[in-house]
Amino acid sequence: MLTRRIIPCLDVRDGRVVKGVQFRNHEDVGGILELARRYRERGADELVFYDITASPEDRQVDRSWVNRVAEVLDIPFCVAGGIRSVADAEEVLNLGADKISINSPALADPDLIDRLSRRFGAQCVVVGIDSLSADGDWQVYQYTGDPNRTQAARRRTLDWVDEVQARGAGEIVLNCMNSDGVRQGYDIEQLARVREHCEVPLIASGGAGAEQHFLDVFEQADVDGALAASVFHKGLIDIIELKRWLAERGVAIRLLEAPAHV
Amino acid sequence: MAAGPVVLIDSGGANIASLKFALARLGRESLFTRDETAIRNASHVILPGVGAAADAMARLAAAGLDQLIPTLTQPVLGICLGMQLLFQGSDEDAARCLGILPGQARRFTPAPGRPVPQMGWNALRRHRDHPLLDGIHDGDYVYFVHSYALPVTDHTLACADYGGEFAALVADGNFHGAQFHPERSGPVGEQILKNFLDL
Repeated sequence: MLTRRIIPCLDVRDGRVVKGVQFRNHEDVGGILELARRYRERGADELVFYDITASPEDRQVDRSWVNRVAEVLDIPFCVAGGIRSVADAEEVLNLGADKISINSPALADPDLIDRLSRRFGAQCVVVGIDSLSADGDWQVYQYTGDPNRTQAARRRTLDWVDEVQARGAGEIVLNCMNSDGVRQGYDIEQLARVREHCEVPLIASGGAGAEQHFLDVFEQADVDGALAASVFHKGLIDIIELKRWLAERGVAIRLLEAPAHV
Repeated sequence: MAAGPVVLIDSGGANIASLKFALARLGRESLFTRDETAIRNASHVILPGVGAAADAMARLAAAGLDQLIPTLTQPVLGICLGMQLLFQGSDEDAARCLGILPGQARRFTPAPGRPVPQMGWNALRRHRDHPLLDGIHDGDYVYFVHSYALPVTDHTLACADYGGEFAALVADGNFHGAQFHPERSGPVGEQILKNFLDL
């Protein structure tokens, strides 16, 4: 049986891992390789590295760290941020990333999803969606890495979820901006609605603050994975403990020790 | 066993960095090439796969590798799409594949509780004994990313369940296939890669 994934997200800026509250006021939480190794040892199912400065600022980024991460990890990882073309994606995948995730560039150029999916296969192509509730509906936002540039993308979230799948996205990460960084739980209502529209794997992002929040999002929104950052970086939740706790409550989860070994 | 390096077949643009690193962790150098002599001299041959089945077959054919691969006599391991290419065909773009093993890859049908692609860690269940499974236990998890799958047959060594059982690890003579990514499957995947290199 396929297990639910626990996915630490490492926001990368200038070669360091940082974390902000609702995308603002970033603080340094550690080195990339050090955290990658630690999360792999604590039983993370995969990792997401999100270069938060790459997408808003038009600049060439040094991606050599992707190759070093590929060398130390024997679990899958995804790279997000600053991927605007098939050539960008090819560079990241050749450096050893298993998947690439695109967000604002997909909104500016939706056909990019089709081109990436044709070239590398849907399984490599993750679309990240930053979504904010407004007037009883949900709207997509773009350039959320930079508070000064964050703006509504003039798209309904549910419409965009449909479109990116039709264009060949192999996975969707839904970042619920209202709940991001405040650790009051995932946006179950929104995630459950998106789940109804989503035939590809759906990853919840934004709001994890306690073990119960992971159980809720798996049971009530039926997401395939739950992504979190600050609760892991700050040591508020230990992944091994979390996974054991979830397994005891009937969630299909990969424990580091398979039953036959115990 | 031939003393040559492990060869990763270059069928065009495959992402092989993680595989090279995984082999290096096991102390083995690897060569990424489409050169026929280098492939023939390899101790072990790995066929990675990326993209769609028909494209991958077209790239193999353009390099003459569709004729070469079935004649190889050393241990061969197809990974993910590379495993599917060892079979007769795939429903993905109605691709005709190498035809070394009998069977046709079929697409998973999306359903509630079964998104497609299958992406994540799923448990192996032993179907028949084989050296590739040395040290591997029922319930060990490996990492899958795929939309098409092969049915369980006599060639299946281990299966996994995704709304029905499918072939996760296969073998026929010197040809082997892993539907999952051993290079991304932690210590379990490393053990399976090690078992392959020990063949």
